[in-house]
Amino acid sequence: MLNLPILRWGRPYTSLEQDSVVHFLTGKTLAKVSQANTGLLGRDMRLAGRARDVLAEIPIPQLIEIMKKAGDLYLNGTLRMGDGEQSPDDFARQQSASTGLPEHMCKGNMKKNHFVLHHMDQILDCLTRGLNLDILTRGYGTESRGVVVSYQTQSPVLGLVLPSNSPGVHTLWLPVIPMQVGLLLKPGPQEPWTPYRMAAAFTEAGIPKEAIAIYPGGGDMGAEVVRRAGRSMIFGGTATVERYKGDPRVQVHGPGFSKILLGDDVVDQWEKYIGLMADSVYLNSGRGCINCSGVWASRHTKEIAQALAERLGPIEAKPPEDPEAALAAFTIPGAAKAIWNSIAGKLDETGVTHMTAPFGPRLIEMERCGYLRPTVIHCDSPDAGLANTEYMYPYVTVVECPQSQMLRNIGPTLVCSAITNDAQWTRQLIDATHIDRLNVGAIPTIKLDWLQPHEGNIVEFLFRPRAFQTLDIAV
Amino acid sequence: MTTAGNETGKEAGARLDAHTREIVEWHFNPGTGCPFWLDFAAKAGWDPRKEIKCFEDLKRFPPFQDEWLRGGPVRKWAPKGLAGKPMFIFETGGTTGIPKSRLAFEDFRTDYEMFSDTLPERYFPRGANWLMLGPSGPRRLRLAVEHLCQHRGGICFCVDLDPRWVVKLIRQGLMEQMELYKSHVIEQAVTLLGAGHEIKCLFTTPKLLEALAETLESRGSSIREAGVTGIFAGGTEFTPQYTRFAIEELLGEGVYLTPTYGNTLMGLACSKPVTAEDGYKIAYYAPQPRAVIEVVKFDNYDRVVGYGETGRVRLTTLTRETFIPGFLERDEGEREPPFEKYPWDGISGVRPFRQFASSTTVGVY
Repeated sequence: MLNLPILRWGRPYTSLEQDSVVHFLTGKTLAKVSQANTGLLGRDMRLAGRARDVLAEIPIPQLIEIMKKAGDLYLNGTLRMGDGEQSPDDFARQQSASTGLPEHMCKGNMKKNHFVLHHMDQILDCLTRGLNLDILTRGYGTESRGVVVSYQTQSPVLGLVLPSNSPGVHTLWLPVIPMQVGLLLKPGPQEPWTPYRMAAAFTEAGIPKEAIAIYPGGGDMGAEVVRRAGRSMIFGGTATVERYKGDPRVQVHGPGFSKILLGDDVVDQWEKYIGLMADSVYLNSGRGCINCSGVWASRHTKEIAQALAERLGPIEAKPPEDPEAALAAFTIPGAAKAIWNSIAGKLDETGVTHMTAPFGPRLIEMERCGYLRPTVIHCDSPDAGLANTEYMYPYVTVVECPQSQMLRNIGPTLVCSAITNDAQWTRQLIDATHIDRLNVGAIPTIKLDWLQPHEGNIVEFLFRPRAFQTLDIAV
Repeated sequence: MTTAGNETGKEAGARLDAHTREIVEWHFNPGTGCPFWLDFAAKAGWDPRKEIKCFEDLKRFPPFQDEWLRGGPVRKWAPKGLAGKPMFIFETGGTTGIPKSRLAFEDFRTDYEMFSDTLPERYFPRGANWLMLGPSGPRRLRLAVEHLCQHRGGICFCVDLDPRWVVKLIRQGLMEQMELYKSHVIEQAVTLLGAGHEIKCLFTTPKLLEALAETLESRGSSIREAGVTGIFAGGTEFTPQYTRFAIEELLGEGVYLTPTYGNTLMGLACSKPVTAEDGYKIAYYAPQPRAVIEVVKFDNYDRVVGYGETGRVRLTTLTRETFIPGFLERDEGEREPPFEKYPWDGISGVRPFRQFASSTTVGVY
């Protein structure tokens, strides 16, 4: 068992309040995590400026190199972790044991994080559109085309209120340190592993410890992080999204409601895309915001739903260490049952058909956890109560809707894979402001291009472009 | 047997039983009791004056329903034996709907005079002026702190603070407004502390203490430099971690913090001195026999849990003004053994009762 302290800009602090992170199957304590009171953060924010100062002393190209080294340490190293050590296998086992995600998926996520850290130069080059990165350090400079530009940092640190149930999201904040902005992390109660391991890898690779703070705690600590940091990223449900909507200091990541839309020009060949649809729904346990939760088409929807049900319906819950495990456990007692009850209560509606019903019960309750097996629902209209719903497991509604009405009915959509060659409709899709990531063509919703922004460009979130003129300073 | 000063645990128990008989006699005597309890006895089919012989016998009463305290006529709680004395009404709750009301005469003064005896003179010097930086309006705390200050020979400065408005802002997610209101309150406190009034003692809540310290520091000062040496804090949950943080980082040397646990119904429970050696554990002891705290099982409110075990807080108030037997508080905690100063059970780790915790909104108060 590990004891994980609060990291107060690198300084370990053991709290009198500890939260136990337990194995979801055995109940064994994996770690005791010190819980911060909000006042600690309040006082420590006086040192937030130092986080940027110490990073700004290291040139960005050097930070990028440190990121590569940190990536290697994160993926392969045995690192100091609180009062103990952690190997990569320990990490995957521990993360799996507290989040319910199968171990092979935890290892897969480690590779994603490693990839991002190793390609940081390309990622920053793309996110800044080729900006000379020294300009982020100096605050101003001359672009390659000879124009003076200025980027003003909006906060010395980025606050992050991280989730417990989706260890795949950490790639989003990895570019922050190389942009010389400090990290103020509030881990999810069941997923302290990535923030602590990443912090250990960063500092061992050469990042000053004063640049990273970790404040574990409850909901009040999450709210305090958002209140105190000039810029924050928060992960949560629809209520969290609503609460911070329109707040320029906060980037909210909520449910994705990601979808695949089949155009009328391709829908008669729907069978060609069934594999793509199934992958989009269930890969990485269907837990991510980029997993598909809706397939929309004007016809053949019952057949599509039937084919998806035949592919996904038989998938069984398997132990987390099984390399074939495809489903993540819901580790909070009662969560799986509550979700299933919420779905089951809407299945009697006219026009709604539970297509995976013939493949056995969806809810699997165990002593300390629950599983939900993949669920395919057919809705004969976008008006059905379940037509635009999302749950954190392989769950998809196949919705019958005329192509001409799709854009007005799909609602906010994080990833939209529109399979079509219809130029006019593509134009409308490009202009649809409620779609964030748009894939045109047979591209799974879960296929990310790491060189493109996700739900807003983090560079633009942390740095404000502004006018800057000077007479006597060489730019 | 626990021995303490000049009273043992057994003696304290005997005193509690005698006090219980006296208070029951008072409240159920047609000449001195209040209409509510006289009416209760008329319908109960048993005579409390005859059948309640000791504290344990109070279990014959059904759990006290706080709903009984909502709405009038409030004079149903006025004991005939206190007729003609000036009355106060203190409220609790009431962010929405009808608040709970407690009729009071002198209890709040008595409770705080007893509490006064526990304050160390070095940090709460007699004659010092106080600042009441807590909930005002129809709250017992407002007058009680002022009386405490006056009892010790000081003058009490106050600010307005409406906790119902704070709770409403939080529930509506208007956090910016809440912060503005908090700043407005703190600003007044900082002004008073800097106005040459020689304020040395302070009542405040954990969150306001944090905000006050932060504001003073941002202006190059501190709680200590502002002249405050003694802080009596309460109103919301106090954790050992918060207390450690306050003592080690907010206050520093020369400022004494005493956490308290109390409410409008019970009065005020004092804490055993909080020390770093004891892990900043906060154990509260009710002012027995005027009030009794029991930590009872979650599935059987008539049985106390073992020492160190967790249970729900059950309060009993036994004064001539107020008789509240077996009121189940919205808090839980661990049962603490008696100690020298208080030879009766205490409670530590007080926090919102798990069944209500998710719906409890803790504001600045």
